[in-house]
Amino acid sequence: MRQLVLLKDIPDLKEITIDRETRHPKTEGIKTKISDLDKRALEAAIQAKGKVGGEVIVLSMGDDKTKTALLEALAMGADGAYIINEAGVKGIDTNATSHVLEAAIREIGEYDVIISGEMTLDSLSSQIGPRLAELLDHPQVTYVKEYELSEGSVKAVRDLDNLEEVVEAPLPAIVTVVREINEPRIPSLMNIMKAKRKPQTVWSLADLGLSLEEVQAMSYVKIKDVTAPEMTRKQVKIEADTIEEAASKLAAAIKEEGVI
Amino acid sequence: MSILVFSEDRELAYQLLAKASELAEKMSKEVYCLTSETPEDYIKQGADKVLQSELGDFALESYRAALLKAVEASDAELILMGATKRGKELAPRIAAALNAGCMTECNKVDYIDGEVVIERLTYGGSTIAKETSTSKPTIITAAPRSFDKLEPQEKTGEVIKLEFEASEPKVKVLETREKPKGTQDLENADIIVSAGRGFKAKEDLAILEELAEALGGAAIGCTRPISADLGWMDDWVGISGKKVKPSLYMTCGVSGQIQHVAGIRDSKIIVSINNDEGAGIHGVSDYSIVGDIYEVLPALIKALKEKA
Repeated sequence: MRQLVLLKDIPDLKEITIDRETRHPKTEGIKTKISDLDKRALEAAIQAKGKVGGEVIVLSMGDDKTKTALLEALAMGADGAYIINEAGVKGIDTNATSHVLEAAIREIGEYDVIISGEMTLDSLSSQIGPRLAELLDHPQVTYVKEYELSEGSVKAVRDLDNLEEVVEAPLPAIVTVVREINEPRIPSLMNIMKAKRKPQTVWSLADLGLSLEEVQAMSYVKIKDVTAPEMTRKQVKIEADTIEEAASKLAAAIKEEGVI
Repeated sequence: MSILVFSEDRELAYQLLAKASELAEKMSKEVYCLTSETPEDYIKQGADKVLQSELGDFALESYRAALLKAVEASDAELILMGATKRGKELAPRIAAALNAGCMTECNKVDYIDGEVVIERLTYGGSTIAKETSTSKPTIITAAPRSFDKLEPQEKTGEVIKLEFEASEPKVKVLETREKPKGTQDLENADIIVSAGRGFKAKEDLAILEELAEALGGAAIGCTRPISADLGWMDDWVGISGKKVKPSLYMTCGVSGQIQHVAGIRDSKIIVSINNDEGAGIHGVSDYSIVGDIYEVLPALIKALKEKA
């Protein structure tokens, strides 16, 4: 069984600061970490490998720092990593990204499952899994909170809006996971040391038979601006001598607003 | 060229039709929508042409096939879809099949200087990105209550039967389990009371039901720790949980973590009750009381009942 985990190294959301003047977030040059849901997908894959055996391989589109970031994944239990490193692809949209990942997945060739988080926490777009299912013509099993592999099939519990679905799909399949699936392990010091000896392959777009021009031509969504707007709220602090009086003032205020 | 609307959730489809009608007027386009039932209702809600098709229960393969047919039949340049979980897994499929740009969970959609510009949350909900897409078609998804539906209009429209052929579903559904009622419709709730870590025990949450009743009926939500860590409730509100847009969002013992606040950003009025004066939630509230929820809530329930 060969499970391919898609990981994205993203800015650590806690480290993002906002420029007071421009309201622009500072997302460059800060600490990064593997997107939380992707890490849980990796954990699910490692746990499944413990039961059915095989290999867990990670794939990431990144930059010069991704090799170091993926050491954590290797220390957690992944057996090897592939990285697509091409400076020009920074900022391309999900359409173009999915085509680059598709090319890399076809290059890797052998796999039974492609698993990732349901979304990455930087772009919050939830598109890569379904797009790859379309491009590779694989079954699509999204929002997975329980994941079980067996010979030739994947069984999962999906967390939908008003219901849960227990589903089964033939392999190879695309799986995306939600937060509730597990708590990712923290690798031991010994495994961190060992991780440095695990194989990491770095590809450029040319290695995948793609040119930067054709990839950029497939990127349609442009980000015009990113700001952290201040919440403009009334910020009325209700003060009174007694709790009863404050409660009464609050009840009057929300009645006045016409919301009840 | 036209604007095509689809959501398997009827109310959400109506909300999208309202936005599509507004855009269509600015862009001089027609509004199409895809549905299986009562096309006349969709016309009243803003559709010019309804593509009527036997969609049946949700299956990715058949809905995908029907939508691709609908895109062809309508020659759509813009496709508005509902960001339910089903819609969120369908939209990127359609986008990939059409080699198109897709912008998900948009809070705002406008037509400015010849281009459709949207706003959506990024970076865990701490920022808002303005985006546009150059592909034709482009797909946009929006969550429930992002737009207000129109008052039903007396207008005429055309109903066109749409046939499609779908491949067999690749994924077999072995079992479906309904989620417990009560907390499940947070996205459509008009009033929400919400519990945070200020609650010391699960039993204490019972007071929120009294508060909900005193407010004339309200959904009860909570923060992520109350649900995911403590397991006291099912669904939490926040960027990783439910994004809500009520008229009134009343937080009780909620500190105001950015991930939670991002999920309530579009509430009309936010009220906070928290004994920590420095809690971030007070800064993003319309009305706040610095006080112990165990004292304030009983007093508030009493006051609301008196004013009712």
